[in-house]
Amino acid sequence: MNFLASITWATLAKDIRLEWRSKDAINSMLFFSLLVVVIFSFSFDPTAEESRQIAGGLIWVAFLFAAVVALNQTWARELRNQVLDAYRVSPAPPNALFLAKALGNFILVSLLEAVMAPLFVVFYNLRALGPAWQLIPITLLGTWALVVNGTFFAGMSLRTRSREIMLPLLLFPISIPAVQSMVEGTRLILSGDGSARFWIVLLLTYDVVFTTACLALFGTVLQAE
Amino acid sequence: MKRVFPILAVLTALLLAYGFYEAMWVAPTERTMGDVQRIFYYHVPSAWTGFCLFFTNLLASIVYLIWKNPKADALAVSSAEVGVVFCTIVLVTGPIWARPVWGIWWTWDVRLTSTLVLWLIYVSYLVLRRFSDSSQTPVLAAVLAIFGALDVPLVYFSIWFFRTQHPQPVIGGGGSLDPRMLRVFLLNLFTFSCFGAMLCWARYRLEWMQREVDEAEALESLLGTESVSLRDTQVKIAAGKNPRHP
Repeated sequence: MNFLASITWATLAKDIRLEWRSKDAINSMLFFSLLVVVIFSFSFDPTAEESRQIAGGLIWVAFLFAAVVALNQTWARELRNQVLDAYRVSPAPPNALFLAKALGNFILVSLLEAVMAPLFVVFYNLRALGPAWQLIPITLLGTWALVVNGTFFAGMSLRTRSREIMLPLLLFPISIPAVQSMVEGTRLILSGDGSARFWIVLLLTYDVVFTTACLALFGTVLQAE
Repeated sequence: MKRVFPILAVLTALLLAYGFYEAMWVAPTERTMGDVQRIFYYHVPSAWTGFCLFFTNLLASIVYLIWKNPKADALAVSSAEVGVVFCTIVLVTGPIWARPVWGIWWTWDVRLTSTLVLWLIYVSYLVLRRFSDSSQTPVLAAVLAIFGALDVPLVYFSIWFFRTQHPQPVIGGGGSLDPRMLRVFLLNLFTFSCFGAMLCWARYRLEWMQREVDEAEALESLLGTESVSLRDTQVKIAAGKNPRHP
């Protein structure tokens, strides 16, 4: 377990350091989601009273699209100079690599959400009428739900042609229940129509099921030849 | 063994014709919906067949991941492809029926939405198979099939909870089925299961033959021999023999 944790930490620290120096992913994600927010505000009237009903959907769709930008770059770094092949022949457990990548993406997407959420509140004039604290579990669980499967599918689409297109094609159908939970939960809290407890439980189930599946199958995908 | 396939194919075709006759002329007309209700004899059996094929795909994928048996992978491809065809029939015939009966083409009801999501997942499965390079495709596809199967109950629960909070059109109603209708329905259910199994089998044979030809061609280009051996293999395959066990 210690071995796994130390390798996870080493990989994660390396990725964060690289990202900190280049800031490629975070900048492109931030700008991308800003563009999505602005384009949405032209498509739907952001000042109308209904904006409270659709804001949950807008926020999460923007984050989902932005997350795909980051997820696509997850493994690109490891392909150069055959780092991934070196990793494959090393005795390091594949799950350590997967966990490090997933955690790295989680940190990145959470950062993005921390910056963009206030912007949404300002642009769409939002105020939570329901229990606002429930937004925290929804955000954490929802981000993990997107990121864990996204990292896995990005790893899967590494060996495919036109892999940038492959990732959303694989990720979106599987993510439908997670996205629906995030959107519905957020909508309930913003409009004060009820408690989002069911959606939090569903997200938790989704996270547990797919984290287990990813950890169980990542070795197979990494070693697939 | 060679004769079994054409014989069963002819039997299935006869069954389909008989099932069509029964559904169109013998089954009584529904009192409120009229003739459009007859689509039920195709819609539900197609859904059943499609779901069975997706389940076959899941089992074949698991078998492939454990034992790496290429036959299981060939079965996974064929069942997924034929399953998507049947699922498409369901999604097309549903709205044709819904328009005159409900007055709307589509509603985001739990059954409709889950079927649509299932269809999306399996289309993405086929896209993955198409886009990835041949050697790793089976493993990646099998993994995706397992992910898809894990997703289905979650999809169902999320939509079930979401939609039961809203008023929805009644599906099927609580009424019981006329015994004559039930007989035709069960006949068509059986017919479509046979039809789906036959299509899947035909697709499986095609897939397997294609792989043998590919393998022979690869081997030949590797050895640089004359095309005699390739022709030999093709003749053997055409004669229904397995070239590896002459």
